[in-house]
Formats: sequence, structure tokens, C-alpha cells
Amino acid sequence: MTSRPTTFRGATGGRRLRDRAFEIAGLACTLFGLVVLATLVIDVLVDGLPRLSWQFLTSFPSRKPEEAGILSALVGSIWLMGLTAVFAFPVGLATAIYLEEYAEPGRLQRLIEINIANLAGVPSIIYGLLGLEIFVRVMHPITGGRSVLAGSLTMALLVMPIVIIASREAIRAVPESLRLGGLALGATRWQVIRTLVLPAALPGVLTGTILALARAVGETAPLITMGALTFIAFLPELGLQGLQSPFTVLPIQIFNWVSRPQAGFHVNAAAGIIVLLALLLAMNAAAVLLRNLFQARRAG
Amino acid sequence: MQAAVEGAIRAVLAACSALSILTTAGIIGVLAFETLAFFQEVSLWNFLTDTQWTPLFAEKHFGILVLASATFLTTAIAVAVALPIGLMAAIYLSEFATERVRRVIKPILEILAGIPTVVYGYFALLFVTPLLKHLLPSISGFNALSAGLVMGVMIIPLVSSLSEDALYAVPQSLRDGSYALGATRVQTATRVVVPAALSGIVASFILAISRAIGETMIVAIAAGQSPRLTLDPLVPVATMTAYIVQVSLGDVPTGTLEFKTIFAVGMTLFLLTLGLNILSHRFVMRYRQKYE
Repeated sequence: MTSRPTTFRGATGGRRLRDRAFEIAGLACTLFGLVVLATLVIDVLVDGLPRLSWQFLTSFPSRKPEEAGILSALVGSIWLMGLTAVFAFPVGLATAIYLEEYAEPGRLQRLIEINIANLAGVPSIIYGLLGLEIFVRVMHPITGGRSVLAGSLTMALLVMPIVIIASREAIRAVPESLRLGGLALGATRWQVIRTLVLPAALPGVLTGTILALARAVGETAPLITMGALTFIAFLPELGLQGLQSPFTVLPIQIFNWVSRPQAGFHVNAAAGIIVLLALLLAMNAAAVLLRNLFQARRAG
Repeated sequence: MQAAVEGAIRAVLAACSALSILTTAGIIGVLAFETLAFFQEVSLWNFLTDTQWTPLFAEKHFGILVLASATFLTTAIAVAVALPIGLMAAIYLSEFATERVRRVIKPILEILAGIPTVVYGYFALLFVTPLLKHLLPSISGFNALSAGLVMGVMIIPLVSSLSEDALYAVPQSLRDGSYALGATRVQTATRVVVPAALSGIVASFILAISRAIGETMIVAIAAGQSPRLTLDPLVPVATMTAYIVQVSLGDVPTGTLEFKTIFAVGMTLFLLTLGLNILSHRFVMRYRQKYE
């Protein structure tokens, strides 16, 4: 008996079919996350958009949901973002410069690298416990306790690994020829870094810093743990005094509203989420824009 | 003069990079200090074997198993969602999707990891739980199921991105060899590429588990704050992280035993996630050695 060609075609047909079925299943899994993302965004918009108004943006929290607003949380988030940048940017960049331009490959450098990788994996709530003990209790005379300064220092430690990793990549991307050229002209190591390497790496460093700040703006758990308050009906004074002021931020205000049983506060939470997501979107857009600008300049 | 300036700058930069070591030392020091104080009042044996967790009541019990069971439950549900879906998405993006689809979809998928967790908490409590109530009328307003499912969605990009990197790094020659032997794309993907990238995939799985264990806001909002030793996904529970939040929101005076409990719980959490992260790192190193 000879096997007929039709049997052979049947076999490949089955194999092809299985290929196709697997591909469709894979596509479905890939799209699943996107569908959930879309559902989440639409759900929040439907719930919160009608509540969003100028009054909502410019009012303090209140016992009555229809009178409550997010002014103190929004201002608190901006304070936190600014202060976190002040601490995390210089220290993160300095660490990256040291690791890329100075440190000899060896045990110490490896230790620092493994350490930074591990810090990036520590749950954020643990940073809250660290902040509570060190910045709120031990450094109380400086920070004034559960203040915006203590919160920003905690956040700076939390996002530091992100700033360091992004800065290192940006510095590593600067061509070696640039450094050699500088050294050949008689510049010292620091002069080469300051005048040649940093200007070339800066857009990448800034992009990484903005993304790190976006992470800080969205974080809730560490700030709750270190004791940020949930009901604040005033703004921090502009100036050094303001640093020691109690504060709240958008995610904490949202958490507070979600946790209440009344539906009116849930609507407020949705409106607050829209503001938070809009802020994050703006920050991410800024980061992408910066990156594109940089790439265009390089190409041109 | 020039040399002195150079030396000073180098010293300042080195000091900054030492701060990261100091941070780790600070975390371990703070947790160890308060945890030791805690264990002077509560025995380690009670902590590990008691089946009740009632530090805020008059009759106090400190059985970490109660909180650990809730953390295990929510993590298991999240992992059951994220691992299969994430891996399938990774295989699709690496082995089936065109380069253009891959370039567009990968960043969009990563947005999922960038959404603040408090937003997921809102979604779990006010969208997913009411939806589940239609299917399971007996489900409570706070439950581990809804929190776990939403947490699973959040960690999909973690699994898909890292697994996809590992799959993509498998040399083309292995695929070509498989095709030359007459294997189909599915056979090549599941029997050649996935096994070759296995250590990278396992690393992403472990990292996802670690992330789920440490996740706070979703479980604090949607899973409730009632400590109970159960594996029933339909009732309110309190995870380790949710307990820390609960105490932090209340007016527990510093220095009391109740206050020290959050550090003991934090230490447990830290050791668990650190162990998993180190394990994951080992697997990553293994796959790097193979192909680089």
C-alpha cells in the first residue's frame, strides 16, 4: 500500500491549524491587558468626569462630598515632587558618574551594583518604615516629624535606584571618542565629565528623573506608613517653614475617599484619579518629548 | 591645586554612591532594632505558630500565619492570572508578532505597570467586586479574589516584558534548526525557544511573586482589614502589607508593642522578598552566561 497525498495534506492541515490557534490565543492574552486598561480608564472617566470642576480643584477636603476638593492634595503632590527631585537628582547623578567614570571594576563596585539592584526590589512600604524611624523620629528636630520634608526624603530614597540606573545608561551611551578627545587636549578627568560627558548625557538623565518622579507621585503606601495625614485643610507656607508642614498627596486623598462608605466620596475618588492620571500622563509625555528632542539633535 | 580639586570631587561622588549602601544598612538596622524589641515581649515560637492575630485587642495574639495566609492567597490568585497570560503574551510578541506590532504593543502593555496602585484598588473595590457579585452572590464587599485578580493584571507586564527579553535573546540558529527538522512555529516556540529561555522566564515569575507579596494599596483597599486564618477567597482578610497600613492610619503611640508589630511584619516581608529577588537574580545570571 502506498500512502496517498491527501493523508499527508491532512496532517499539515492539522499542524497549521494548531499554529493558528496558538497564535490567536497568544494575541488574546496580549490584548487582555490592554482591554482591562481601557475598561479601567473608561470606568474612572464615567464615574469621575461629571464631578471634575474648578471648585473641585480649588477646595479643601470636607465632610460633605459635594463641597470637598483636592487643593491641599494637589499642592502637596507638587511640593513632594519638587523636593524629591532636589534630593534624588544630584545624589543619583553623582552615584551614576562615580560608577561609570571613576570606580575601578572590582569588589566594591560590584557590591554597590548588586545593592542598587536589590534596593529597586524592596517593597515600597518598607521604605515607609525606614522613613518613619529615621526621618520622622530620629531626625525630628530637623524635619519637624511627619512633614513634607520627611516624606520627600523617604521618596527620594525610594526612587534613587531608578535615577541611578537611567543616568548610568545615559552616561554609558556617550561615545568614548568624546572623552579621549577631551583628555588629548589636556583636560582633567572632571573637566571632561563636566564639559563633554554631562551635556551629552543630560537629556537621558532628565528623562530618567522625570520617570522616577512620576513613580513618586503615584506612590501611596510609604507615605501612609510614615504618617502623612489624610485630612489637611491648609497649604504649606512658601518658604523654609513650609518644609516642616504636615501634608497630604493625591494618592492618599484618593485612598481616603475610596475607603469611605458614602457613594459621594467614591465619585470624588474617581475625579481625583482623573487628576492624578492626567498629571502622570503629562510627566510621561514630557519625558518622551525630551527623549525625542535629544535623538533628533543627535541625528541632525 | 588641580589635583586637590579632582580628588575632592572624586571623594564627593564616592560619598554619594555610598549612600545606597547606607540605605540598605538603614533598612536592615531599623527593622532589626524594632523587631528585636518586639521579640523581647513576644516569643518567636508564638509568632510563628499562633493561629490568631489580634494585637489591637485586649487579649493579644501575634500569629504571623494569619497575615501570611492572606498574603499567600492574594499572591496565588495574582500569579494564577499573571503567569499564564504574561507568558503567552511574551511568546506571541517574541515569536509570532511582526516587528511593528511588537514595537507598538510592548510600551502600551507597560503602561499597566505605571498606573498607581491606589487606582487599581479603586478599580478592584468598585468595579471588579460588584461584577463578581453577579457571578458569586455570596462574595463579601471586601475579598481576596477581586484584589488578587486586579493585582494579577498589574504584574502582567512584569512577566511579559522580562520573559519576552529572554525569548528574544535566544539565537535565531536554534529556531532555524528546528524549522529545518520540519517543526511548526508552535513546536519551535514551545519545545525549543521556551526551554532555551527557561531561566529568564523563571526569573520573571519569581520577580512577579515578589512584587505581589509586597503590593500594598490594592489589598488594603479591596481585600479588607480583618485578620483571619483562611484560604477562602470570598471573605475579607488582612495581608501583611494591609496590616501595616491599618496600624499606620490609626493612632498607635510610638514605642508600644502594637507599634513594634509593624516592624516585625515588615521584617518578615523584607526577608521574603529579598530571598525571592536574590533567587531571581541567580536565574537571570544563568541565562546571561548561556548566550552572551
